[in-house]
Amino acid sequence: MNTRVNVDVKLGVNKFFVDEGNPHIEIAENPSLQEYAKLEAACPAGLYRRDEKGAVRFDYAGCLECGTCRILCGKTIVKRWEYPNGTFGVEFRYG
Amino acid sequence: MSDDKFDVIVVGAGLAGCTAAFLMAQAGMETLVIERGNFAGAKNMTGGRLYAHSLEAIFPGFADDAPVERCIVHEKISFMDETSSVTLDYASTASGSPAERSYSVLRSRLDPWLAEKAESAGAVFVTGVRVDDLLVRYGKVCGVIAGGEEMEADMVILADGVNSLLGEKLGMVHTVTPHHCAVGVKEVIELGRQKVNDRFGCCDKDGAAWLFAGMPSAGYMGGGFIYTNEDSISLGVVFGLHNTGRSAKSVPQMLEDFKNHPTVRPLVEGGKLVEYSAHVVPEGGMEMAPKLVGEGVLIVGDAAGFCLNAGYTVRGMDLAVASGKAAAVAAINAWQRADFGASSLSVYERELDGSFIMKDLRLYRKLPSFLDNRRMYNDYPAMATGMMKDLFTVNGPSRPLRKKMIPHLKKAGFMNLIKDGWKGVRSI
Ligand SMILES: Cc1cc2nc3c(=O)[nH]c(=O)nc-3n(C[C@H](O)[C@H](O)[C@H](O)COP(=O)(O)OP(=O)(O)OC[C@H]3O[C@@H](n4cnc5c(N)ncnc54)[C@H](O)[C@@H]3O)c2cc1C
Ligand code: SF4
Repeated sequence: MNTRVNVDVKLGVNKFFVDEGNPHIEIAENPSLQEYAKLEAACPAGLYRRDEKGAVRFDYAGCLECGTCRILCGKTIVKRWEYPNGTFGVEFRYG
Repeated sequence: MSDDKFDVIVVGAGLAGCTAAFLMAQAGMETLVIERGNFAGAKNMTGGRLYAHSLEAIFPGFADDAPVERCIVHEKISFMDETSSVTLDYASTASGSPAERSYSVLRSRLDPWLAEKAESAGAVFVTGVRVDDLLVRYGKVCGVIAGGEEMEADMVILADGVNSLLGEKLGMVHTVTPHHCAVGVKEVIELGRQKVNDRFGCCDKDGAAWLFAGMPSAGYMGGGFIYTNEDSISLGVVFGLHNTGRSAKSVPQMLEDFKNHPTVRPLVEGGKLVEYSAHVVPEGGMEMAPKLVGEGVLIVGDAAGFCLNAGYTVRGMDLAVASGKAAAVAAINAWQRADFGASSLSVYERELDGSFIMKDLRLYRKLPSFLDNRRMYNDYPAMATGMMKDLFTVNGPSRPLRKKMIPHLKKAGFMNLIKDGWKGVRSI
């Protein structure tokens, strides 16, 4: 409809404790771009992106821990999916 | 308690886990609850409507004490296309029977209340600790492993939610498939109590539940929802994951477009976004039921797939509470007999069978596949809005009403209407 939604602004109001240098989700090196497109569309946090050159760029900071990517492309793209270590990750104040 | 061993360890301090913990601790079991979030509810979200009956059965009159938001007395359902909508509106007063009421809730407020109840009953809570694995000896679950340390117990209750990694590791829970779940995204938007009252036609303490079909989920299985909280609203979209890749819209875009729909925009205008959250919703019902009982282990709540997509609403919280209760009955029974084997724990399945959980899951068994029909989200909303448009548009000489309406019915297809109507009735 209007301009593209800026999810980063929304994530900005959330409370996160990012476990720096300790990703809880890791993705495969050269994922199938067709599969990857599913994650670009479905990840509520918009964390599956591509840069100007079309190379995949995933950042686990900002993850809402919903599990969507694990369920959609578990075997093909998401090499490892865990919950963040205790105390880390998103913390809902409303939920 | 012998050394450091607990009678039972509950993984996950959601509604299912806290309910089970409360009842077991109350019965005298040494109960440990381990939660990865910094407090019970820190990781949990929901659409927002709690049907009270399950909690009412355990804590009569709980709503006077628990931090619920508003009692739902106003129901709306809208069918919408990109620019218009048709709404069914039902208003009433709160039921005289507390068990028939429902409330809007925010989990980061409700769950801590329930956890505190369990704690007062004697359950021990450890928060900020992720359970990494289960301790299994001779095929029997006898504790958990967290942060490299082992913690023993006679039995474990898995209340770890829809992404039950632990249930999968045990081989009891099937990996959730896109076909059996949806993703929900939600914003909590602060409006202030007065604006909530004015915009949703409510008085203080009374609230509205509003469901939207069609445009919010881009014409695929799913929908939009708004629940009024005390001074904010919970607004979100649910989208069936098996349609990912078919829709041109991303999930965050669906939410944004829904918010900008002419029906919704005036409701949220001037509001302040205070939280953005997302969670998977299990929707497979009976089809995704895991093995519920194992040697020394039970699975409850979302981890067991106890969630109902009833079309007009997602229901999981009352099932989570009731399954927690059923598990507690089985656990207490096992503890009294000092037998935590699978056959002893199978009391759980009997309790579930006798409760509304299995009855409802069976009743709604065919509903998900019935609802997975694009006509529901495209043709019928378009038919309803199209009829209304013609009804209310005057642009010259009028045509007879019948002539205005028939083309809309034709477009959706008489046969489809009959077929879907028939199937719809038969699926519930
Ligand atoms: C968008 C949306 C809308 C919904 N709307 C409604 C509604 O209106 N009404 C309704 O009744 N239901 C609704 N539901 C469903 C409802 O929210 C769930 O069914 C309910 O939350 C399930 O409760 P639970 O206790 O089983 O699991 P959860 O609430 O998911 O709790 C699981 C807990 O386990 C913890 N955990 C997980 N793994 C570990 C680990 N390894 N170690 C330690 N802790 C762990 C988590 O942190 C969490 O606290 C909705 C769901 C969604 C997503
Ligand atoms: S778990 Fe959810 S929010 Fe996190 S990366 Fe996967 S899809 Fe995105």
